[in-house]
Amino acid sequence: MMGGYGDVQLMREDGKRLDGRAVDEMREVEIKAGILPAAEGSAWVKHGLNIAVVAVYGPMEAHPRRIQRQDRAVLDVRYNMAPFSTSDRIRPGFNRRSREISKVTAEALESVVLVERFPRSKIRVEIEILAAEAGTRCVGITAASVALADAGIPMKDLLVGVASGKIDDIVVLDLDKAEDNYGQADLPMGIMPNTGEIAFLQMDGDLSPEEYELATEYNFKAAHEIHGLMKQALLDSASGGEV
Amino acid sequence: MNSEDTGAEQRLVVPGDQIDAPPGSQPGSGVLLRGESLVATKLGRVQVNGDTIHVVPTNTTYIPRSGDLVIGYVEAVMNNLWFLDVNGPFNALLPMSLAPWKVEFGAARQYMDFGDAVMARVMEVDETHSVVTTMKGVGLRKIKEGFIEEIPPHLLSLVIGSNGRTLQRIKEASDCRIVVAQNGRILIDGDAEGIATARSAIDIIVKTGHAPGLHDRLSSVIGGDE
Repeated sequence: MMGGYGDVQLMREDGKRLDGRAVDEMREVEIKAGILPAAEGSAWVKHGLNIAVVAVYGPMEAHPRRIQRQDRAVLDVRYNMAPFSTSDRIRPGFNRRSREISKVTAEALESVVLVERFPRSKIRVEIEILAAEAGTRCVGITAASVALADAGIPMKDLLVGVASGKIDDIVVLDLDKAEDNYGQADLPMGIMPNTGEIAFLQMDGDLSPEEYELATEYNFKAAHEIHGLMKQALLDSASGGEV
Repeated sequence: MNSEDTGAEQRLVVPGDQIDAPPGSQPGSGVLLRGESLVATKLGRVQVNGDTIHVVPTNTTYIPRSGDLVIGYVEAVMNNLWFLDVNGPFNALLPMSLAPWKVEFGAARQYMDFGDAVMARVMEVDETHSVVTTMKGVGLRKIKEGFIEEIPPHLLSLVIGSNGRTLQRIKEASDCRIVVAQNGRILIDGDAEGIATARSAIDIIVKTGHAPGLHDRLSSVIGGDE
């Protein structure tokens, strides 16, 4: 069986992918923390051609009051793609997709943030996608957890967003745009690198149990790589004031 | 809480990092016990106090505790109470009965209105973070003059210095009355030149305080101490 559209070949004859990457090779990742002066915490993540900027504000009083929880903080996550982030202009404002991603991102981050430390308050997380090339929800999660740590919010671990998928019946790590559009499956995950827990998992398309195992293995490998970059970004920002 | 007080290595950690510590160490603030090992929950520097391990965060918001001296701004006025912005997640209450004046019901606004600054003390904080403040106590008052500087609360210990020496230096050099409130606000009261001197000293501490050689950098603004 070929890809989703039946006529696009995504693997080259030499076993490499169209952009020259090996099956278990991820795109280049670059991370910076503490880039926005107005925010309590912030992060900038470039993952392949994706660029995400995240600002974190709070903890602050939760408004509207109906979202307040007496025993814990709520995360108010807003995932938004800039109108110019893709080749088709995106109409500004919430849409069905950004609502879904905001919701799943909030739920994923709630399992790492020690929300019970801040009853009745909310933590605002603004994820802004400036450039998109497949896998923006994962980039958003990675950037959001760096920004939360930069803001001094207590967390039990960092959360890394990574994805694997299947193209031309082969499991590959970190799909790019063509692979995401014409591939057979996509498996984004939110991974806590220190505990090995999974805080977030979605699957688009079909994977056999064996393919799932392999995709998970790729995801964990990439998560540890990205985790190193996240740590470095945070340490750089924390020691940035030193002369 | 200076590095010289503990002599411990000031290692930077990020949330989720395992902290190497001698067995039997207790988790302090910013630290979590996971199985047998200590794990940092905040971005900051590891600090060892006896057998307790803390992580001193590099960035934090003010969380009120009872007994804290705070500088608040009136954010809303009701018939019988004021709401103060104390730089925390929630507005604090200042009930009429805890104000230094005999206020009639409905006349709260005549004593303090929106935007006024007050020196108050946190009286109680309940488990849902409701904060009640009082203005009954020595030095607690409505602030009528001076400049209020706002800095990140975790840097206050640097402004004060060990045994209050840094703060004393700034006070003497600027000839200002300086009150440091625990919510990160600092009242500086004196002549314009003095306020400017004190503010530039505080600015140096905020920007470069955690690096070695702070004493010398401050000397350029407020002169060396005796």
